[in-house]
Amino acid sequence: MMTEQMKKSGTSDEIKPEYEFWLAGLPIPAGKKYSLRMHMKTAEAVYYIEETEISEIRFLTDWERNTIRKAQRTKDLAEAYEESREKGIRFVPWFSREYPACLLQIPDFPYALYVKGRLPDGNARRAAIVGARKCTPYGEKYAIEFGRKLAESGVEVISGLARGVDGMGQRGALMGKGRTFAVLGSGVDICYPREHMGLYVDILDQGGGILSEYPPGTPPLPRNFPPRNRIISGLSDAVLVMEARVKSGSLITADLALEQGRDVYALPGPVNSELSRGCNRLIQQGAGILLSPEMLLDEWNLPVPKPGDGESENKKMLETPENLVYSCLGLYPKDVDRLAKETELSARELISVLVSLELQGYIKELSKNHYIRVK
Amino acid sequence: MSFSTIISAAVEGLNVELIRVEADVSNGLPVFHMVGYLSSEVKEASERVRTAIRNSGFTFPAKRTVINLSPATVRKRGASFDLPIAAAILLSLGELEKSPDGNCLIIGELGLDGKVRKVPGILPIVMEAKARGITRCVVPEENVREGMLVPGMEVLGVKSLEETADIVSGRKKPRPAKIRKKSISDGKLPEDDFSEVRGQENVRRAAELAVAGGHNLLLIGSPGSGKTMTARCIAGILPPPDREESMEITKIYSVSGLLDEREPLIGQRPFRSVHHTATRAALTGGGLIPKPGEISLAHGGVLFLDELPEFRKGVLEVLRQPLEKKSIQISRAHGNYSFPADFMLVAAMNPCPCGCYPDMQRCTCTPAQIQAYIGRISQPFLDRIDICAESSRVEFGELTGEDKAEGSAQIRERVCRAREIQKVRYRDAGIHVNSMLEGENLKKYCELGPAGKKMMEQAFDVLKLSARAYYRVLKVARTAADLSGEEKIREEHLREALGYRTVDRKYWGRQKI
Repeated sequence: MMTEQMKKSGTSDEIKPEYEFWLAGLPIPAGKKYSLRMHMKTAEAVYYIEETEISEIRFLTDWERNTIRKAQRTKDLAEAYEESREKGIRFVPWFSREYPACLLQIPDFPYALYVKGRLPDGNARRAAIVGARKCTPYGEKYAIEFGRKLAESGVEVISGLARGVDGMGQRGALMGKGRTFAVLGSGVDICYPREHMGLYVDILDQGGGILSEYPPGTPPLPRNFPPRNRIISGLSDAVLVMEARVKSGSLITADLALEQGRDVYALPGPVNSELSRGCNRLIQQGAGILLSPEMLLDEWNLPVPKPGDGESENKKMLETPENLVYSCLGLYPKDVDRLAKETELSARELISVLVSLELQGYIKELSKNHYIRVK
Repeated sequence: MSFSTIISAAVEGLNVELIRVEADVSNGLPVFHMVGYLSSEVKEASERVRTAIRNSGFTFPAKRTVINLSPATVRKRGASFDLPIAAAILLSLGELEKSPDGNCLIIGELGLDGKVRKVPGILPIVMEAKARGITRCVVPEENVREGMLVPGMEVLGVKSLEETADIVSGRKKPRPAKIRKKSISDGKLPEDDFSEVRGQENVRRAAELAVAGGHNLLLIGSPGSGKTMTARCIAGILPPPDREESMEITKIYSVSGLLDEREPLIGQRPFRSVHHTATRAALTGGGLIPKPGEISLAHGGVLFLDELPEFRKGVLEVLRQPLEKKSIQISRAHGNYSFPADFMLVAAMNPCPCGCYPDMQRCTCTPAQIQAYIGRISQPFLDRIDICAESSRVEFGELTGEDKAEGSAQIRERVCRAREIQKVRYRDAGIHVNSMLEGENLKKYCELGPAGKKMMEQAFDVLKLSARAYYRVLKVARTAADLSGEEKIREEHLREALGYRTVDRKYWGRQKI
């Protein structure tokens, strides 16, 4: 019903994009911008609002009134709009036909989205892969695996381009030749964290998109990140939590997802792992349990891809000491001294075996003399 | 006789310059003039010398006294010219019946009471004197043992100006200096012994490899994992220096005034632990009058840098050149000085500011913090480290366990054997340990069999080794082979060397996706 109304107001008047762009860029809450525009009918009217009129608008605070007054002094609205267009950034306000319908269902939907690349497809299944930035190799591995398998079956992966689980999930989706969408807490022209520049570029190359509700050039301020989580969950049909501490942003995203009526799934982990405690608690509270991507695909009635190369379990025969060392390793890093105790090999033998396994690609040295299994 | 000359010496860096001290006492206004490019400490000698002469029972006449220290192009510093100046004056006054011949060198500081005090740099001075054909050296009593380390030189120790006059003029026979057999502090080993390092087999082996081949070593580990303890134990497994090396080390300590007067010859390799507040000059040596810094004091031994990332960046970078060239050049307005600096670097650091990385359950650092911490050590610096090992937390059972681990003495024996093999092999190559292998020599002495070649090829690809890292691995593998007494480098040696390779900074602590 609300959508109907909006669509009407969006199309009824002639829309001047530079004024809309200006209004969307105001640093006041999305809901207030929406009400303001409803009140004034067009963004242009908001720009030319009179001093007396503005003080009569009851829902604005003094600070917000001042912000608007200050913003009114901005000239060159068209130039700012053009500039962002030249950068390849699309401006998608809520009344645009392109605006994702699923987002309009959530309370406090973003007033506008700035988009580089594409927007999520309304018909495809969308899953958010979220979790700790500082995750263990366990979380990393499964973020990649879920990202890849889901992408292979045509699911679009939504996440936040962050370090750790987020980035890994998106990298996985790219490995599965799928589309993935990153919702940023900064302007879409800013890649944060910087070391994910490669990922940023690859997402765009592979037909995905970079989204943000913040105008181009906005720095990645800490306060921008919690609100962007509502967009991640809002865009998705289901939120998959890979690894999360009990008090973490990922659990906030899960809560938001529940409020928005999205499904929440969590990857179970060892009970003694700090980083799995949040997930385990979600499961306890009734979240779906992620046992395998196939299970999830099955639940969604999507085709389950057949295991391809490299999928099969590691069946290659290893020599005895190698097998022994390999079996002692897992996805949580172990150091040489501990391995020496468990395998009862001498340091010299052990190092030799470890390097041999590493050369064969079975294990990886994470930091000096700390190893994990990779195959 | 109114004019006289005495030979003395000045130390510049580690170089010694013979100085002629000339005195002229003549009639005229009673003044005391000293010339010859003197620093203020030498000018102050005038007061000490005049008072000491009077207090030693001689008369200091009211005459015009002129002292010249030549050559005038060399800056004279320190108090070591007191005694030669006093001797020259006494000679001019005719207080010494017989003038010392041109083959006698005199050096020492004077107290107001005429007592002779010790001065630094006696060993290089006596060595230089011998090279220049001098046969007799009069030195302070406290320095006599040090001087006597030079064979074939008559070194006379004096306690006072009076005694000096007696000996030089031949009124008194010099006391035969007691030659102590044990002027080498040899058998004394450091207190920290590897038998007290619990567990840590990995680090022990890394230390053994490092010492055996003279490789630089980096220990990484969480706080309290015994990095510092291990590093200190390394002092106990260093092979003893030969006579030549001992003399070289002693020379540096002599110039720095750090010798034990009773046992002057340093019979064990130095272990210098430097705090991370150290400045560049403290490490390299320096000051207006350059003195050997920590890297030179560690010559022939170990330089230990604890908490490596805490060092100021510039400080670590100055180590790069000495690590390659095994010496340090210091240039000052007065001239260039060169100090030997052939040391083995042992460094210790935490993997991240909190020390728990890569255990993400416990690590409280953000990736950016870890990066910043690691980033304080530059890649060129890491490139000079051959061996890297991690020391893990000691568990309670090990801490309280009764069983003692292998002691330093046994490890030292193996290290000595490996070093001996290297010495023989590199007789003609101009080097003495594997870590010094370079270019042609590296190819010649680190030849691999077909299997080894294939493995290294694989390692190069899989582990993304750089060319530099590849050669480092070869050198360490050479040492591993030497330790097991084998001529050929085998795959197991290569594997071990690969296991202890230094991680490239770009793959360290950073998750590339």
